[in-house]
Amino acid sequence: MQDVKEMRQVYCDCLLDMAKENKNIVVIEADLMNCIKTERFKAQYPERFFNVGIAEANMVGVAAGLSTCGKVPFISSFGPFATRRCYDQIFISVAYSKQNVKIVGTDPGISAEVNGGTHMPFEDMGIMRLIPECVCVEPTDAAMLKSLMPQIAAYKGLVYIRLFRKKTEKVFEDGENFDLFKARSIKEGKDVTIIASGIMVSRAIEAAEILKGEGIDAGVLNTYTWKPMDKEAVTAAAKRSGAIVVAENHNICGGLTSAITEVVCANCPVPVLSVGVNDKFGEVGKMPYLSNVYNMNVSDIAERCKQVISLKK
Amino acid sequence: MDKDKLLFLQNKAIEIRKITIEMIGRLGSGHVGGSLSIIDLLTDIYYNAGKVDPKNPSDPDRDRVVISKGHAGPGLYAVLASKGYFPMDEIKTLNKGGTHLPSHCDMNKTVGVDMTAGSLGQGLSCAIGMALAGKIDKKDYRVYCVIGDGESQEGQIWEALMYAGNMKLNNLTIFIDYNRMQIDGYTDEINSLDPLDDKFRAFNLNTLRVNGHDIAAIDDAINAAKACKDKCTAVIMDTIKGYGVPWAEERKVGSHSFAITEQQWREFCGKEAD
Repeated sequence: MQDVKEMRQVYCDCLLDMAKENKNIVVIEADLMNCIKTERFKAQYPERFFNVGIAEANMVGVAAGLSTCGKVPFISSFGPFATRRCYDQIFISVAYSKQNVKIVGTDPGISAEVNGGTHMPFEDMGIMRLIPECVCVEPTDAAMLKSLMPQIAAYKGLVYIRLFRKKTEKVFEDGENFDLFKARSIKEGKDVTIIASGIMVSRAIEAAEILKGEGIDAGVLNTYTWKPMDKEAVTAAAKRSGAIVVAENHNICGGLTSAITEVVCANCPVPVLSVGVNDKFGEVGKMPYLSNVYNMNVSDIAERCKQVISLKK
Repeated sequence: MDKDKLLFLQNKAIEIRKITIEMIGRLGSGHVGGSLSIIDLLTDIYYNAGKVDPKNPSDPDRDRVVISKGHAGPGLYAVLASKGYFPMDEIKTLNKGGTHLPSHCDMNKTVGVDMTAGSLGQGLSCAIGMALAGKIDKKDYRVYCVIGDGESQEGQIWEALMYAGNMKLNNLTIFIDYNRMQIDGYTDEINSLDPLDDKFRAFNLNTLRVNGHDIAAIDDAINAAKACKDKCTAVIMDTIKGYGVPWAEERKVGSHSFAITEQQWREFCGKEAD
């Protein structure tokens, strides 16, 4: 079932809510205000809204400078342009300088759809995760985004928010609370655990249902925060089920698979397989088509689960 | 500027050049040329024109100084040490393990440094952010940003200049250290910046040009920038890389970073053995 509200609406609702109390919240855009729908922020707080034009590097630097004066800038662009395009500026002016900037990269992975390969980030979380102390989070749905936004604003430091822009599949109930630094166990399973993020969470839940019908007890763990990873939750899942399938809308090289295997290998080595983009570039198409291209369907997750179970000793 | 004040500042600049040379000399080598070329400017900002207080280095109302050409760190550290932001003895630690004085400016390591820089082209955008914060908070502090000429080959500088000009940031003054040299040679031979005045004017900046080693002229430019209400000011400072130290100036392009002998720095600084 789709959420009622678009993620971008919820994002701007949260900014407006927080900005009432927190006078330091500022918003900077680079000509995609109309895509992330922060016009409402501009209308209400014109003195705290800046549009630098199509100049992402400058946007990041301006945000860093505002942060040195106590402001809490939220800046956004499409995923590739919010990260890859201005990576060194994020690395030096923000992260190395220990500034308090929140970066929103929209249209993650195949959700970039018809914008195609130039706009389709399969590497954004991977490269952001390489920046020391950068918190990397992919809110699953509107309920979670609403719960996480105040924590993101309150956290002092760089946070990268990988944001599905439109209506996503509703996974959690409105009003549920989430901890920015914990994973959410949706279902425990003794045969295998599917560790998923973003659009892959609802698919993982569906795959677990299918597997149940075949007598396989599959759990689902949503590690929405990729860094710092909730090591306890991941280790517990590995111990409980003895096999893991990672499902991600990202390149598995450097992505969630890498983050999970780092924890599993060190704490409870069990077989890990992946569903995700296997070192490929993006291309144009709608999500169902692209899910076929990159083998990211529910059936792919179920199939991988059976494979990983066969690898158990 | 009255004669006494000018003489005081000129003597300060000489003293600060000596501190810079001692700092780099004790280490053995470093970014001499580009540190020396901006010392007259820094002397005027820290000893005359700027609202700065070494006893309260994080005062929210202070003027900000962003050295976007971060490799001029030693020049800035010399001024800060001379002003008493940290003990003068610390200059002996430049670039040594655990130092507060790294090669490139670092706001988290050195008291008095307002922005980290070193990856070229980034500081001007940060200075704009500081200037915008001043506008939001209705504070009257000013932001001074020093960019290099070679650094201005970076595209981000022009993104930032365009925005500073269009936002009419009258609380930001940009100085370009136009010594016409970069690591690989002369800017004119590698990727010329000229006509720089015309470029800045075309970016809607109040464009001034001064001899970057004439402190009175620099101070006039700073005052003109303060008086200019409807534009952001950019000051082109014609400078000499390595200025004030003959054996650095002589090296021309080679003055960017080079080894200094103990005899050289002790002679220049008039310091006997420790």
